[in-house]
Amino acid sequence: MSSATSDISHTRWFFTGMRGLFSLPAIILMISFVGFSAFALESGVSRAEAMFMTVAVWALPAKMILIGTMTSGANLLAIFLAVSLSSIRMMPMVASLVPEMRTERTPTWLLLFLSHFIAITAWVFAMGSFKNVPREGRVAYFAGFGITLVTINMILVGVCYGLVAKFPPVVAGLLFFLTPVYFIASIWATGRQSVVKVGFIVGAVSGPLLALVMPGFDILVAGLGGGTLAYLFDRYVIRGAQKQATVAIAESTSQTDEVV
Amino acid sequence: MQEYWPYIVIIVAGWLATDIWRWLGVLAGNRLQEGSEALNWVRAVATALVMAVTAKLVVFPTGTLESSPLWLRLVAAALGFAAFLLAGQRVIVGVLVPLAILGAGLLWL
Repeated sequence: MSSATSDISHTRWFFTGMRGLFSLPAIILMISFVGFSAFALESGVSRAEAMFMTVAVWALPAKMILIGTMTSGANLLAIFLAVSLSSIRMMPMVASLVPEMRTERTPTWLLLFLSHFIAITAWVFAMGSFKNVPREGRVAYFAGFGITLVTINMILVGVCYGLVAKFPPVVAGLLFFLTPVYFIASIWATGRQSVVKVGFIVGAVSGPLLALVMPGFDILVAGLGGGTLAYLFDRYVIRGAQKQATVAIAESTSQTDEVV
Repeated sequence: MQEYWPYIVIIVAGWLATDIWRWLGVLAGNRLQEGSEALNWVRAVATALVMAVTAKLVVFPTGTLESSPLWLRLVAAALGFAAFLLAGQRVIVGVLVPLAILGAGLLWL
């Protein structure tokens, strides 16, 4: 009986996740994928290859790099290294999401399967919307969102391929700018912990600066080095100060108690 | 063989090269407890990484924006973020305001 009810509620959360397709992040991503299909055509990648890539790789930046290196005639190992270097950032993204989504009974194979659907957009969406979903429903909810989003975008790439060869320059420019400004607003808005906001500022400032100093390793250093600095600052300066303030308040109240 | 080659490249250098990191993320994340300091550190690293990628898109764009002035992109992003904060952190404001500023700049500069 109870298992039947929980099945129904999983199905319900799966469908709720599917409705995430009409959310702002999903719509912005779909617009970006229209841009991607134009890019694929321009680079000489076939319609079927572009669709297969969308399902197999999913992350948009990794696909851009895959196409860039594939069409430049690099060998398999060189392409593999370029793509996997650009995808290291998936690891901390997935690792920070998993503790928010699993329950004690969630099997690891299911998380391994669902991790395929995580890329920046799904990460931002999940971080922002999990607070409205009870923990038991989160795996089904994310599955509904992720699987639908990948499927729809694969179809979109197939339909739009060849439809738009080139956008007018201003439209292409605005389409490109849509992604970063969306990430800036939504990551800040969904950051519940102070450590996220500190990491936000450190990453935004250090990313472009490090790109000038150490191109190729900038993202890695900004993430690991900058992220660690942000963590230490948050723990010892921000939360440290908060803790002292609470202790001070507690002490002052206990003193008043004594006086009374 | 020749016609399947691109698909082998996509599977090995695309799918495997990205999913390895996702799988390692699951294995690492499975050991993290919610509320732990380790998870806070992972959150800081993930956020800094994503924001570094994002800020680079604004500062070093590819395609048509490459030829637009850097100050215009920075002003659009900064004013857009300020408007977003003033509007009570409404994401749609943070998206539309910078796009409007950039669009106006691209058309009239």
